Amino acid sequence: MKLKLLIPLVAVTALLGLLLLGLGLNSRDLPSPLVGQPAPAFTLESLEDPETILTEQDFIGEVALVNVWATWCSTCRQEKPLLMELARGGIPIHAFNYRDERDAALRYLEMTESPYRTIAYDPAGDAGIDWGVYATPETYVLDAEGVIRYKRIGPLTRQLLLDEVLPLIEKLRAEKLRAENLSAEPSRRTS
Amino acid sequence: MSRWMAGLLMLLALALSPGIALATAIGEPLAFDSEAQRQQYETLTRELRCTVCQSETIHESNAELAADMRRRVYQMTRDGMSAEAIVDFMVARYGDYVRYRPPLQANTALLWASPFLLFGGGLLVWWQVMRRRSRLDDEPEFTDQERAALERLRRGD
Repeated sequence: MKLKLLIPLVAVTALLGLLLLGLGLNSRDLPSPLVGQPAPAFTLESLEDPETILTEQDFIGEVALVNVWATWCSTCRQEKPLLMELARGGIPIHAFNYRDERDAALRYLEMTESPYRTIAYDPAGDAGIDWGVYATPETYVLDAEGVIRYKRIGPLTRQLLLDEVLPLIEKLRAEKLRAENLSAEPSRRTS
Repeated sequence: MSRWMAGLLMLLALALSPGIALATAIGEPLAFDSEAQRQQYETLTRELRCTVCQSETIHESNAELAADMRRRVYQMTRDGMSAEAIVDFMVARYGDYVRYRPPLQANTALLWASPFLLFGGGLLVWWQVMRRRSRLDDEPEFTDQERAALERLRRGD
């Protein structure tokens, strides 16, 4: 009889536990199916020069970040100093200027320093859909082969960089070096 | 003069081409080649989730991303793509979460099974309660001994 009385207590505790667990989850932290996939193709004008056409190939070659930003996105503004630090530290950052106006974006970059190496202008969010962009800011890590290895929806933080992004970049760079050494060795042997 | 004409033609082409439209507003009248295409568009926009405003379909969401997704669904429908191909396209970019009707697969099995599990649990509880009740009914209210005692009391022994 006493055991039966415990059943509702256990059930309610279990439900509360589940709800508490749910509180800690961020519904925006969705797994991206693009992680592990090659960078999606796109063809867009360069932000600085409408005559220059950029494709995904312009983002590929080195271990790099791809940042999605817009001038109307205040979180992007807060994130920019961190990106500046990364750029100064020698990490190439490519970008999509997402659903923005060219003039506004150019003025914004003139006023402050630009952390970006290449900026593709995506006023209609075309590449945005192909890259699975939810909302700005978003940041991808590409390896040297152009495969997406990480995706962050929302702003980067220092903690996130230290815990996840920078170690990943280290690892990917080491992988790239190893791959280069491997491909260099057989040629040395034959020569 | 010819430049002016070319410009005018370009403008006309822009206005006529649905692909150039930046985003598709809610309820924007759209032209389709067939009624089947319209049906497909109307169904799909009600089955795809707007991933920024997560409790809305792209049919009803005001978010810019939803407008972009509506436009993409419209373009792909006009291009003659099947509903499955369009859903697969969105799933490849936004994950299974983009579907409002989750597919039956290993990681959604519990979700699909949950109504039946709950129903089964309810049946079990109902059965237990009924069994206990019928057992109570069967039992005599007083034992013979008690009845005799009552009879004695009534007589005032």
